[in-house]
Amino acid sequence: MAETGTAAKRRGGFGKWFSSQLRNIAPFLTLLFLVGFFSIASESFPTLTNVGNILNQISITAIIAVGLTFVILTAEIDLSVAAIANVTGIAVAFFTMQEGYVNIANVPLPGLVAVVVALGVCFALGLFNALGVVFIGIPSFIMTLAMMQIADGMSALFVRGQIAYAVPELVTFLGSSTLGGIPVIVMVAGVFLLVAHLVLTYTRFGRYVYMVGGNREAAEYSGVNVKFIVGAVLVIGGVCSGVAGMLGVAYFGSAQQNEFTTYLLDAIAAVVVGGTSLFGGSGGIGNTIVGLLVLGVLNNGLDHVQIDPFLKTLIRGLILLAALVINVYAQQLRSRAEARGD
Amino acid sequence: MTEGSETPLLELVDISKSFGGVQALRGVDFSLRAGEIHGLVGENGAGKSTLMKIIAGVHHDFQGTMRLDGKPVRFRSARDALDAGVGMVHQELSIAPELTVAENVFLGSQPVTKLGIIDWKRMVREAREHLAGLGIDVDPTTTIGLLPIGLQQLIELARVLFSGARIIILDEPTSALSPPEVELLFATLRKLRESGRSIIFISHFLDDILGISDSVTIFRNGEKVLTSPVSKIDKRKVIEQMIGVGHRELEESYTGDIKLNTRFDAPVVLETENLSIERAFHDVSIKIRAGEVLGIYGFMGCGQIELARALFGKLKASGGLMLEGKPIRLPRTSVAKELGIAYVPESRRAMLFHHEPLYKNMSISILERISRLLLKPGAERSIARGHIDNLRIRTPGADQLLGNLSGGNQQKVALAKWLTHAPKVLILSEPTRGMDVGAKEDVVRIVRDLRDQGIAVVVVSTEPETVLSLADRILVMKRGAIVTEFAGDTVSKDRLLEAA
Repeated sequence: MAETGTAAKRRGGFGKWFSSQLRNIAPFLTLLFLVGFFSIASESFPTLTNVGNILNQISITAIIAVGLTFVILTAEIDLSVAAIANVTGIAVAFFTMQEGYVNIANVPLPGLVAVVVALGVCFALGLFNALGVVFIGIPSFIMTLAMMQIADGMSALFVRGQIAYAVPELVTFLGSSTLGGIPVIVMVAGVFLLVAHLVLTYTRFGRYVYMVGGNREAAEYSGVNVKFIVGAVLVIGGVCSGVAGMLGVAYFGSAQQNEFTTYLLDAIAAVVVGGTSLFGGSGGIGNTIVGLLVLGVLNNGLDHVQIDPFLKTLIRGLILLAALVINVYAQQLRSRAEARGD
Repeated sequence: MTEGSETPLLELVDISKSFGGVQALRGVDFSLRAGEIHGLVGENGAGKSTLMKIIAGVHHDFQGTMRLDGKPVRFRSARDALDAGVGMVHQELSIAPELTVAENVFLGSQPVTKLGIIDWKRMVREAREHLAGLGIDVDPTTTIGLLPIGLQQLIELARVLFSGARIIILDEPTSALSPPEVELLFATLRKLRESGRSIIFISHFLDDILGISDSVTIFRNGEKVLTSPVSKIDKRKVIEQMIGVGHRELEESYTGDIKLNTRFDAPVVLETENLSIERAFHDVSIKIRAGEVLGIYGFMGCGQIELARALFGKLKASGGLMLEGKPIRLPRTSVAKELGIAYVPESRRAMLFHHEPLYKNMSISILERISRLLLKPGAERSIARGHIDNLRIRTPGADQLLGNLSGGNQQKVALAKWLTHAPKVLILSEPTRGMDVGAKEDVVRIVRDLRDQGIAVVVVSTEPETVLSLADRILVMKRGAIVTEFAGDTVSKDRLLEAA
């Protein structure tokens, strides 16, 4: 990102640089504006404790958004991320010994086995998405919409309207404990973001993800196994969601239906607000981090200022709309530059 | 016209048209009588399509006069032209494949009841009558996409007629048709001629033009060369006029004999056996030899592009494929690449990443060779710099974004992708399309180099010059089949055109 930025700067003057980097600049300016605004509007907002709160609050979204970044970079979409998170969280609880008062026909397994089985669930659901999109040719929008229902249905069958509480120790540790004063879930989210960034930037697979998203036909004519790449990102999307779901259950302290519903839109919003192109091929984890912070600051900040609580959703919607307008506008600038360059 | 005592139905005088400095037509005269089928021939870019688009109202800023029934006219749009009785059937049909035959015939002018609702009964009845009048026997309630392409074309023709056209322009109507379908089309055209309508028939298929037309007009380089009654001209003469024998052209004109350096003894690298894709090509059995450039020539739509794609695993074909004697299957392009087959498509857009730097564009097809897991941008850049020097790509450096390069240089980048590790078979589709003379020479030089390294090169093109300048052996494709082979002997452009 930075590399192409400076190259463009040397070449074509500020206007050209700005239009090519609009996608990266706009989210960052939005973040600065929001931080500035809430810092002035509220005394309790700009504190170290609150920074910790914000990071804690965005961690689950962050892990889901990591997988979604891969998916959106290849110009696909995954609408089943929240539902897969939910069913994986419920699965790990289902395979853990619950207290006597929990009325669920659960199947207790040793903690690590339960975690592996739950990981198997999210991997399988991601793979199912991949097979539907790659081999049957169902558009990912529709395939993952169906998967959303399937995963929700599985959740319903697991818990049957009940609530489970116990999860394996490992999950509790990763999801709801602190280490040296820092919540472990924040560290996990950090590790996911870092590894994803390294994979996307420094590995052959990461290059293929960008190339498939940038021009799928050209990737195919270059002998790239496009189907494998598209399938792989959908599996990554499923597994990231599953991990987020397990940690989320520990974070919330319970496993129940519809626990993650809001996370679908939050994760998509984080990726897109950050400036990753919905048309594929440009953006990355750096963008997703900025997008996560914009959403986190917005959600948190609105609690610190005197504002009609019923207005919050509307404000979030408008911010998201603005980000989409910029995203599409940046794409048009890019297409126009392409038409000239051709 | 010699027999022009009567006023021509349509008359164009001294028509010129240029596109941003490129002169497409220069002082062209053209006239069309009522009840005449008039053939129009010329090479790609000779100006015949431009003239037809002027007549059909697509282009309206041109110099010169157009007269319909002796009155000056200037159409502002295709709709305008159709209202005046000039309709065009394009090569790419503009039917709605999901709708019925009747709906397509009445597209945009459906009969309605007093309530403003579509009168289905009347529509079907009138469509049936109208089609029967043209000798087309088809149920108007059939979904049009299910019919053979020849019938679809006739129905589009019927729609143009139904909107009152007296002059019908047909652009390459026979290119996708089987021989019986061509006969059906010709029968319909003769019927129309008897009813006093005039038809302009554009085609590369000279046999078709000479078989149906009353007169023929030949274009070359934006000028009209000749109009003659068909009875006074033959195929040879038409070809001579099209390519301009006796004219001193600036470019090589390939009118003389060209020696083919066919290597009959070289080992066969890739072999196909009855390779077929429905509606594209059928029963293609060819041998591609090491160290030889095989040219495959044919008109647009003859199936050669689909054949090339099938050889790279981009399209699935039935039949057999053998690489160095071993049977292979090509389920996807990555398999073809691993086997050593490379492909450069005709469209740069389909091959290149405009927002990525040059080095990423060049390394994409060899990444697994230079990096197992982690990328090695240093190696990628140095490979790219090597190609930039070797292929004389004009660019400030390997980090330049591809979109900032000129078209010819982009084409070289597309070729460079496959040159780092020499493939066994290199398939080039239209390798010199849109290039200037200098860039074309570079491509010829590069391709000869690769051939001399022992690579089997396949060049697929609709431009005779491309094939003639590169190939050691030439196959001619026509309507999905290989019809002629030029090998070991000499070939000339006129013989090539005659075969196609």
